[in-house]
Amino acid sequence: MEPRPTPTGDDPRLPAPVAERRIAVAFVASTLAALGLAGVYVAGGQPQAEGALLFVALSGLGVGAVQWARQIDDGPTAGERGELAGSEADQEAVVEEVADDVADLGRRRLLSRLLLGAVGALGLAALFPIRSLGPSPGHSLERTAWRPGRRLVDSEGHRVRPDTLTVGGTITVFPEGAVQAGDSQVVLIRLAAGRNRPRRGRETWAPDGNIAYSKICTHVGCPVGLYQEDTHELVCPCHQSTFDVLDGARPRFGPATRGLPQLPLAVDGEGFLVAQSDFTEPVGPGFWNRS
Amino acid sequence: MSRGQKRRKPEEANRVDRAFRFVDDRLGISHFTRKALNKIFPDHWSFMIGEIAMYCLVILIVTGIYLTFFFVPATKEVVYQGRYAPLRGVEMSQAYASTLDISFNVRAGLVMRQMHHWAALVFIAAIVVHLCRVFFTGAFRRPRELNWMVGLTLLVLAIGNGFFGYSLLDDLLSGTGVRVAYSIALAVPVAGTWLAFLFFGGEFPNTEFITRFYILHVLIVPALIVGLLSAHLAIVWRQKHTQFKGPGRTEGNIVGSRLWPQYAAKSAALFLLVAAVLALLGGLAQINPVWLYGPYKATQAAAATSGSQPDWYMGWVDGALRIMPAWEIRAFGHTVANPFFPGAVMPGVTFGVLYLWPFLERRFTGDREPHNLLDRPRDAPFRTALGAATLAFYGILLLAGGNDILAGIFRIAPEVITNTFRVLIFAVPLAVFVVTRGVCRGLARDDLHPTRPPPGGLVVRTATGGFETVDGPDDGRPSEPVVDAWKPPPVDSG
Repeated sequence: MEPRPTPTGDDPRLPAPVAERRIAVAFVASTLAALGLAGVYVAGGQPQAEGALLFVALSGLGVGAVQWARQIDDGPTAGERGELAGSEADQEAVVEEVADDVADLGRRRLLSRLLLGAVGALGLAALFPIRSLGPSPGHSLERTAWRPGRRLVDSEGHRVRPDTLTVGGTITVFPEGAVQAGDSQVVLIRLAAGRNRPRRGRETWAPDGNIAYSKICTHVGCPVGLYQEDTHELVCPCHQSTFDVLDGARPRFGPATRGLPQLPLAVDGEGFLVAQSDFTEPVGPGFWNRS
Repeated sequence: MSRGQKRRKPEEANRVDRAFRFVDDRLGISHFTRKALNKIFPDHWSFMIGEIAMYCLVILIVTGIYLTFFFVPATKEVVYQGRYAPLRGVEMSQAYASTLDISFNVRAGLVMRQMHHWAALVFIAAIVVHLCRVFFTGAFRRPRELNWMVGLTLLVLAIGNGFFGYSLLDDLLSGTGVRVAYSIALAVPVAGTWLAFLFFGGEFPNTEFITRFYILHVLIVPALIVGLLSAHLAIVWRQKHTQFKGPGRTEGNIVGSRLWPQYAAKSAALFLLVAAVLALLGGLAQINPVWLYGPYKATQAAAATSGSQPDWYMGWVDGALRIMPAWEIRAFGHTVANPFFPGAVMPGVTFGVLYLWPFLERRFTGDREPHNLLDRPRDAPFRTALGAATLAFYGILLLAGGNDILAGIFRIAPEVITNTFRVLIFAVPLAVFVVTRGVCRGLARDDLHPTRPPPGGLVVRTATGGFETVDGPDDGRPSEPVVDAWKPPPVDSG
């Protein structure tokens, strides 16, 4: 072997027979693993074996290639970089060519403006189909499926009475007939008598300690799923916003800025829990038009 | 192999000769090919990181094509009857059901799916490390500002496509992530509501987004990535690589291996090894086990059964959402909602500053010269310290994205963890900046290499208590002057 022209004299090359033996072993291992892989597939497949055999097949080839690359590595060479920028004459020729045309366009003021106008109008018209991608937001973010007198049902569709929950219990409820409405999910909690500290105007919203809050976090909309009975807190599992159930679901910690909207409840003539009305404010995360 | 064995048998030479002449007669490629084969690539390992990303992309495309044969991007509800017993009889979307089928029914499906997911994680990690290499060595400086911006766009596209990809499966965890993305869009001032409704096809949850994400994930974004990557490589080809300072290396030359055969062999080996590692991960390391999360239900959050952490490249945004104080702007009947700041402003500023960085640095340093020789990180203490502090900032955000997990591990209240992160997010980057700048300045002043013996020999204490100077350990390196005098042989460029 000729000595490698390196600055330090390091030479990674092995004696040819040693290197050839190593490369041969790697390629044979790769071949065997590839055949094994086919065998595993035919036998019904097994993810771990497939991954391991594919690893051996590929890395056998790879290790062989590394050795091979090392053997043909005859040390660094130097190449010229050359200039990126073209010759002065080329640059001038291009600029002149284009600059003349631009100047000409500038002289024909009326035509160039009309051209600009036509292209602009076409571009504008081409934007309109984007409108088809979604419905108008309208007031949809401010409304849910709750209506005066609509009964509360659980996810199975069973109606809920004021004593369905024991004190400290909680379930997720929906408007009857709209179990799938994602924005209408509500967490119903039964509080011990006298524990709730209702806001002004909400004194009648929680019959027999049944208090209902929107389950959609006011931060980024995760379902507020964790009720900690000892501290009367609802916790959002996504970003740990924590709401005080006894105090109008006011945010106590975390990134949420607004309390969970409360659903006014009542009991209808047949003894089922119903909504007095829709929520009195938009549920879920904030948006521009929310005051 | 060695030169003596390189002689080809005549008939093989004839075959190559005939094939090449056939093509050259028709396409006229010999001039370009001759120059291309002799193109020089630097030998330093750090230049291979970008290649790891490129080879991950190859694996992503291959495994991704396989997955499209089985994945059904539809939200139609079906009742699962497949091989995974715990979910039999459960209602779920076709998207989720077909993912279960890929994982349990399709032979080799799970390995392909897990390789795909691992390749995505490594792809973006390699891009970020490559970005760090380019940043810390000043490789983005003139004339490479444009390619810096192309590379950043590739990173943005890669992150976006990762998000679209894992959101397709319609499992509980990814559905939670889509809901968060929708809420961030909703929070954008003025246009947010429309933006969210047009992009997601209406109020969330809905059945539109999966078909949209699917076409984005398998066609539109990959096409953009492949196109921009081609531009990225073409620009590198045109401008030639940067190189570290060293013996025989100047601003006007490039020292390294020729494309053929040395570099081609090295690069092929790297591809095979990257693919091998991804195969091993795909086979043995479970990733995104969606069957454990269950199908998406709007009334459930993933964290009820497991942590709700996104893939790592989205973790910094989630961390920012978690530690952002409960502030928002309400005025004149309008709201600029809280998630806008960590979810849109922070990433916007991040990438805005990155895009502008070559021009900002040019403004601050007044250095408008072209640079083909790289800085060592110590050569630019301010830049290096700023980069390290930035990495610390996003590292803290990433950790903050696991505040619930950390609270569980250390048995500390999540409130305490979150408040701690609210302090650390400012304190750690500041400390990292000061320390890094100090270390860089010290290294630059002494010109010491932390892992090599100092030039001029070592001072050792003798048995009698005196001191004497000895030569450094014999590591086979000749002393400095020889190295400085060394010149690499020129390439035969024709």
